[in-house]
Amino acid sequence: MIKKEPLIFELSSEDKRAFQLPHLDVPAEKDILDKSIMREEIKGFPQLSENEIIRHFTRLSQMNYCVDIGLYPLGSCTMKYSPKINEKIALIPDFLNSHPYFPEELIQGNLEILKITEELLCEITGMDAFTLFPSAGAHGELTGMMIIRAYHDSKEERRKKVLIPDSAHGTNPASAHFSGYEIEEIPSNERGTVDVKKLKERINEDVAALMITNPNTLGVFEDEISEISEVLHSKGALLYMDGANLNALMGITRPREMGVDVIHLNLHKTFSTPHGGGGPGSGPVGVRDKLIDFLPIPRIEKKEGKYFLDYNRPKSIGRIRAFYGNFLVVIKALAYILSMGPEGLKRVSQIAVLNSNYIRKSLEKFYYLPYKSPTLHECVFSDKWQNEFGIKTLDIAKRLMDYGFHPPTIYFPLIVSGALMIEPTETESKQELDEFIQAMRKIAQEAKENPELLKSAPHKTPVRRLDEVRAARNLILKWSK
Amino acid sequence: MYPKDFYYTKDHEWIQVKGDTGVVGVTDFAQSHLGDIVYIELPKIGTKVKYRQILGTIESVKAVADIYSPVSGEVVEVNEELSNTPELINQDPHGKGWIAKIKIADDSELQNLMTASEYEKFIEGQK
Repeated sequence: MIKKEPLIFELSSEDKRAFQLPHLDVPAEKDILDKSIMREEIKGFPQLSENEIIRHFTRLSQMNYCVDIGLYPLGSCTMKYSPKINEKIALIPDFLNSHPYFPEELIQGNLEILKITEELLCEITGMDAFTLFPSAGAHGELTGMMIIRAYHDSKEERRKKVLIPDSAHGTNPASAHFSGYEIEEIPSNERGTVDVKKLKERINEDVAALMITNPNTLGVFEDEISEISEVLHSKGALLYMDGANLNALMGITRPREMGVDVIHLNLHKTFSTPHGGGGPGSGPVGVRDKLIDFLPIPRIEKKEGKYFLDYNRPKSIGRIRAFYGNFLVVIKALAYILSMGPEGLKRVSQIAVLNSNYIRKSLEKFYYLPYKSPTLHECVFSDKWQNEFGIKTLDIAKRLMDYGFHPPTIYFPLIVSGALMIEPTETESKQELDEFIQAMRKIAQEAKENPELLKSAPHKTPVRRLDEVRAARNLILKWSK
Repeated sequence: MYPKDFYYTKDHEWIQVKGDTGVVGVTDFAQSHLGDIVYIELPKIGTKVKYRQILGTIESVKAVADIYSPVSGEVVEVNEELSNTPELINQDPHGKGWIAKIKIADDSELQNLMTASEYEKFIEGQK
């Protein structure tokens, strides 16, 4: 049972204390500390007993929905279950308490971990070198774009534009723009892939790169990727791949064979760090050999059997982060890759694709599928059939909460009106998927027979439908009486 | 629904030509697909824009979208009222929800745009 939980301020009453100091049995000394360093009393500070505080926060935590509770099918997000043992490994005190200022001879093991992880990511993607330092996906994109700029600069070419398909991840245009490039959008064709004809019209010596997400945000594999890379390379432009959807490809195909020059991965999606918890993440960037010199410093190298941090890289874009990235996230990735092994990782991608297609097939008679191309790890439906009854995607998403599921990604990708983007990942059982499918089918039925039920959903959550418009237009972030 | 004396773009903007100036806004199709609009970034007066260049940004509870200029020219006036009441775009997209007035540099560019009946056909084919 979940009831509405008051704010902590509303639970407060005068003079309650969570902790009391023992009675003073010596004379009180006043004014030992200078007034200027004494904190003033905080007006309205909540006053509760210890028990009340514990209950308040425990009840709040019970309202959380997380992947440890059930399916979390946010498309484009890969909200998969990450084995707990990898957390344990990352929390081994020797790792946890390593200080970034330790001298190299004391952190040989840590450096080896970084080096091995770089090499394994090279093997998985086919790239020639990796840097593990970017903090997360968008930081990886920025690093990648800086490398691309440095590459063109080294050839004294001042290219101005970056091409981005309209089905790309939303951060791609932001990262390219932030790197000082003009963005040009490349439309998708009827199949939901990059329109190569349009690309050929737009490509010229002013284009620095194309940023592609593969499989794209429709879950469709860019099957003309080889031709796309040839078109780019023929004009001296580079192919950047957003590897956030790598969960669909491992052990099956490699970005290298697609002609990719730069790629970033999201360790916090694919490689066993939970995604969406506010971090820390990790967004390693892999490059082909012609770009290695531009990778951020330091590089981890080995000389006479010892690892060292190499800062002597004159062509490098420089440091992109303090110290050496989110090291503990890298440890989890390494533990995951080694425990899964090549066959295991391949199986991850196979099951991720299978699960998504199971959902697609089971729901395609109930929800409109705007693009009919085969999909990999995610599928995108829309609210077109439900519109007839006045039901929109948001209503479907809210109703799903009544059935105990986290809703899928909604209204993205933008090329589908009223999109419902579902990515179940490989870590869901058939039983869990069946329950989700059952709920989605029931909702489609309800939309027809009792649309009001959806429009007023959710009904079973501690708070009902929130007024998102008012919240966005009238932003209040501070509680006051 | 779609005024006959407006021109329309594939990106769902409209322009109404009055002499050498064009009033620009987004279409009813655009506002209904964006949903409740919560914020708009207006161009600065005096900004020189090119055909299909970004004129401003519009943010709804669902998405953030760019507004593309239907013609090349100079921004001579913007609808300041939208800063406080962006919902005007939802309520009256072809009237009070206008976004900017542009002094048109080259009116031959209007030939790139669609008429009301062409636009109505175009949106029927949208996914």
